[in-house]
Amino acid sequence: MSIATQDTAIRTGRVMRTLIYLVLLLFVLFYMLPLYVMVVNSVKPLEEITGGGMMNLPQVFTLEPWAKAWSSAQIGVEPTGLSPYFWNSIKMVVPAVAISTVLGALNGYVLTKWRFKYDTIVFGLILFACFIPFQIVLIPMAKMLGLMGLAGTTWGLVLVHVVYGVGFTTLYFRNYYAVFPTELIRAAQIDGAGFFQIFWRILLPSSGPIAVVSIIWQFTNIWNDFLFGASFAGADSQPMTVALNNLVQASHGVKEYNVHFAGAILAALPTLLVYIVAGRYFVRGLMAGSVKG
Amino acid sequence: MRSFFKTKTAIALALSVAAGTATAEDVEVLHWWTSGGEAAALNVLKQDLEGQGIGWTDMPVAGGGGEQAMTVLRARVTAGNAPTAVQGLGFDIIDWADQGSLANLNDVAAAEGWDDVVPAALQQFAKVNGEWVSAPVNVHSTNWVWANKAVLDANGIAMPETWDDFVAAMDTLSAAGITPIAHGGQAWQEATVFDSVVMSVLGPDGYKAAFIDLDADVLGSDGMKEAFDRMSVIRANVDDNFSGRDWNLATAMVINGDAGFQMMGDWAKGEFINAGKVPGEDFLCFRFPGTSEQVTFNADQFMMFDQGGAVSAEQAALATAILSPSFQSAFNVVKGSVPARTDVSNEAFDACGKKGMADLAAAASSGNLFGSMAHGHANPASVKNAIYDVVTAHFNGEYDSETAVQELVDAVDIAK
Amino acid sequence: MALSTNADFKTRLQSWLPKLVLSPSLALVLVFVYGFILFSVYLSFTDSRLLPSFGWVGWENYSKLWRLSHWEISLKNMGVFAALYIGICTMLGLGLAIFLDQKIRGEGMIRTIYLYPMALSFIVTGTAWKWFLDPGIGLENVIQSWGWTSFEFDWIKNRDYAIYTVVLAAVWQTSGFVMAMFLAGLRGIDNEILKAAQMDGASNWNLYRRIIIPQLRPAFLSAFVILSHLAIKTFDLVIALTGGGPGRATELPATFMYSYTFSRNQMGIGAASATIMLMTIAAIMIPYLYAELREKK
Repeated sequence: MSIATQDTAIRTGRVMRTLIYLVLLLFVLFYMLPLYVMVVNSVKPLEEITGGGMMNLPQVFTLEPWAKAWSSAQIGVEPTGLSPYFWNSIKMVVPAVAISTVLGALNGYVLTKWRFKYDTIVFGLILFACFIPFQIVLIPMAKMLGLMGLAGTTWGLVLVHVVYGVGFTTLYFRNYYAVFPTELIRAAQIDGAGFFQIFWRILLPSSGPIAVVSIIWQFTNIWNDFLFGASFAGADSQPMTVALNNLVQASHGVKEYNVHFAGAILAALPTLLVYIVAGRYFVRGLMAGSVKG
Repeated sequence: MRSFFKTKTAIALALSVAAGTATAEDVEVLHWWTSGGEAAALNVLKQDLEGQGIGWTDMPVAGGGGEQAMTVLRARVTAGNAPTAVQGLGFDIIDWADQGSLANLNDVAAAEGWDDVVPAALQQFAKVNGEWVSAPVNVHSTNWVWANKAVLDANGIAMPETWDDFVAAMDTLSAAGITPIAHGGQAWQEATVFDSVVMSVLGPDGYKAAFIDLDADVLGSDGMKEAFDRMSVIRANVDDNFSGRDWNLATAMVINGDAGFQMMGDWAKGEFINAGKVPGEDFLCFRFPGTSEQVTFNADQFMMFDQGGAVSAEQAALATAILSPSFQSAFNVVKGSVPARTDVSNEAFDACGKKGMADLAAAASSGNLFGSMAHGHANPASVKNAIYDVVTAHFNGEYDSETAVQELVDAVDIAK
Repeated sequence: MALSTNADFKTRLQSWLPKLVLSPSLALVLVFVYGFILFSVYLSFTDSRLLPSFGWVGWENYSKLWRLSHWEISLKNMGVFAALYIGICTMLGLGLAIFLDQKIRGEGMIRTIYLYPMALSFIVTGTAWKWFLDPGIGLENVIQSWGWTSFEFDWIKNRDYAIYTVVLAAVWQTSGFVMAMFLAGLRGIDNEILKAAQMDGASNWNLYRRIIIPQLRPAFLSAFVILSHLAIKTFDLVIALTGGGPGRATELPATFMYSYTFSRNQMGIGAASATIMLMTIAAIMIPYLYAELREKK
């Protein structure tokens, strides 16, 4: 066994390997297709699109739509582009992801390593919460935020996203820690390590891969959320998706598809960045962990 | 400690100064006008207010022709911080007025004489239970047909005036290998066509009985079956790819000469203008055959939410600015609609705009101005959507006209 | 720290600490989930329209709901959609994860490509899919222009097949994430056991079937929960891709609920449909979770 990604004991023959590469490449194409449509159309003048050549490569290449989407497209009454909304999203997403992931990790830790009577019922309750349809939450949530004085604020949005994300993060960490050898914990306990010490020194260092899954999930969901962002944000805390939606959904006006696509890709860049950066730790976390023999 | 004390006195000072001078409050405006022209036109309003020292906090939420904004509005009202002014349509305004959420604008209405210049059919949605609660911005009319003049000329088609003319024109285009009707298969677009068809078959009285009074006998009548039959004829003259198409892509088909006609509200004009086409030369606008006297309309308005009187002066200023003839003209030239008051000069408008204004004035005075069912100005949202369900199912071939009439009566009954 | 009273306090704190750590999450969930569910169930028996109101109407909303043909359509669609979506995503995710776990060159890149669809909001991706699936401008047109003129792919325009295009786009979006979950699971499996089994001459197929896949049980649980949750909440996708059409052929319970609660101002009926959805989910999930979690003990 060497290092890095080569960490499975399975060996495969040459024909099989070729086949595997073929299948993997085929799916690369499948996943890339819509992106092709979006990228290609984001660098064309609008006439080329409405003229009917939606699948063709651009005849005239232009970055105008990108510039427009970022800094001069009409979002509200002012032609601000998406840029001012970018920070609103960051200010909401970072704390919400951090809080919900930490809560999830702690919950998962308690539910697997500090079991108590009825702990499965508690887990079941938290888990079933994942299934609540957001449509029924909207009105009572608005009432609660109003009562707490958080309506129209970034912290209100953070609260909402933590509440409806904690079920997932708990699920991820609980299932991950479930297969973590409990003997290690017991040994540490005998050595006099406390609750947080064990978590910090033993579980956390090997939580890389699942933390990545959890962060990707939460980051994506919160970054892309529209319904809560639109309903609970104030004029100065509207997130990027609301702005993107305003750009795209212009009711009776001319639809600038090229700008829409450019805007959509711009809006997705932070999540993509998380995937690329976090994707590395996906593997690295494993190497550092003590799960592997 | 000292610096803390200092800040505190500074704040106290600032507070007392603010209280003393009574500066104008900001207005927070929730709206869904985010496309270039509309938003730019709205910016005129913003600057007008800022000139009076009133700040404008923009709260744009687009989507679903305002449905998204209405969802947000409900969350805001429930949370106890309703925006100052909210873009609203037809029955939504009446619903909010009935909830007691809207401010009374009667003083400014009296001072500005709105009762005399706003058409009565429109006042129904702005003046609820004798109180002015919102300020109308525009009147869109929905029973328009848009046509490519070159295509019509090449096939020797004159502007159709009756349903039979229209059928003949469609047949000619079909034979020439051109899609007769450009249509986008979305429920609201089908309902927009249905509005005109029902108006032409049942006439204004039948339209009113069916869509405004929700008379089950008329909804279930043979005339209604005839209307559905005509929808089938239109369906037969639409290309096979219509489903899900955005309205503006359908307009593009007419612009590009791939299709002859499109039935759509006056906002379609913007697409033609944007493509560099000239009304009367490159494209034609005329009323749906058999509805030349009538106008079915929808109107955008700004409802003013009651804030316990805290911003009454600002709301009055906003409403006054909205209904000022100069804004009405400037905005509607851009939007493709016509002014909500009938005394605005038509100078700045193009041929279709002038015709729209004349039609509106004529229809308003002859009692032929009716709220559009498809756009929420004939019946409440629940009924409107129930009608959508039936119209779109029938148009997509789920059932025949006979069944459609039955379903219509049922659906309206459940939704009432 | 040597003082005995202090130590006593410390042990007691230690025994309470786990529950203390868990309690904020539980409290949040009890109020913001179960409290709201009760509220919504209550609303389903009231005459709420634009906003919640509390006039009791008994079962009227439920009887109205079952008279609506498009509620039935949306339930049927849910069945088809959920079964296909969950099934395909799980199989595809597992398959791709296993393939990607074979010391693949450029794994990082491929993984990112599989994952990226999750990053894009359907507000716009829906348009890309819509065009791609549109027979007039998309795939059908392109392939026909390549010379295969009899090629047909017009599912999105067909009432009976449109729901499958929704499945396709949904699978595109999430299967990569499911792959990542399985990959995390695969990477967590102890190689020593595998090596031992290999020494005993077990084939790859048997290794996966007998040893690896059974160890992925928690990952299957996560995948199932995630996917069923997404299936139930699929909303933006339908709005952007088909708008519920052609006609009302791709309406799902989530779009139905939203439309009745917010667009149609019939909050009572919307709440009734939400209640039925929640009960259906509970009927499926509770036995599954019970079986899955009990076995762990």
